Amino acid sequence: MHLSSSATDHTGKKMGMWLFLYTEIILFGGLFVLYAVYLTIHPQDFIDGGKQLNRIFGLANTVILLISSFAVAASITAVQKEQKKTALSALGVSLLCGLIFLINKYFEWGHKIHNDIFPNSETLLNGPKGLNVFFGLYYVVTGLHGVHIIIGMTVLLVAMIYTAKDKITADRFALLENAGLYWHLVDLIWIFIFPLFYLII
Amino acid sequence: MASHIISYRTLAATLGALLVLTGVTVGASYVDMGRLNVWIALGIASLKGFFVVLIFMHMKYESLILVISFLSTLCFLAIMIGFTFWDIAFR
Repeated sequence: MHLSSSATDHTGKKMGMWLFLYTEIILFGGLFVLYAVYLTIHPQDFIDGGKQLNRIFGLANTVILLISSFAVAASITAVQKEQKKTALSALGVSLLCGLIFLINKYFEWGHKIHNDIFPNSETLLNGPKGLNVFFGLYYVVTGLHGVHIIIGMTVLLVAMIYTAKDKITADRFALLENAGLYWHLVDLIWIFIFPLFYLII
Repeated sequence: MASHIISYRTLAATLGALLVLTGVTVGASYVDMGRLNVWIALGIASLKGFFVVLIFMHMKYESLILVISFLSTLCFLAIMIGFTFWDIAFR
């Protein structure tokens, strides 16, 4: 192996990222197991809970994340083809999508909290047990996912700055690729959150 | 090292497929099929996830070791879910 190739160990960097993503899959997987077990115990309460979530908000956020995932993947193609401007605008679009997602989430959570639906609220404490569990899981899972969106946007912003400064180029783009992998995982998790919480009937 | 470049066309087609599947899963949620609804929703979500991992996350073009390690993670997840329900069912 040449020294120059070990300095930019592309495969190793990618493998390290994937190993980290596996732990993320198990982290959210554990929460989905919780969801599944409580769904079998309180099916009707979960259906009632799901009806209180706005599926238009959920659908909009799904479409937004899919578009941003596409934009990040396109930015990698652009970097590989040495189309810097395209790469930068694609990354800009994905960051904008992430921001819109968070704003939607803010209004969605705000509306729920306004209606006295939040952990330890009177409505949930005095209501059916399953409904309390449903919204508890809703806040934990979408909250943890929201934290991942913020982290993902931060990493994407770093990748965007590096691309602008030519630190990410067609021969060296592992950082952008790993940032993309993280962003796609966040999208992947939302793909499961959306039907489980918003579309349950 | 030269890595595979995915064309814009392939990426756009993947996005199109994902948007169509999103529409299908929303549509399916309006039809009451009882317990089957959850399984259909999970099936469509898995298909969407398959596209995201395969194309957006480049898994289609990765080495065997990454593919195997990813599948091992899914196996572990399946064991975690399977054993939990095994426990719940016989309580």
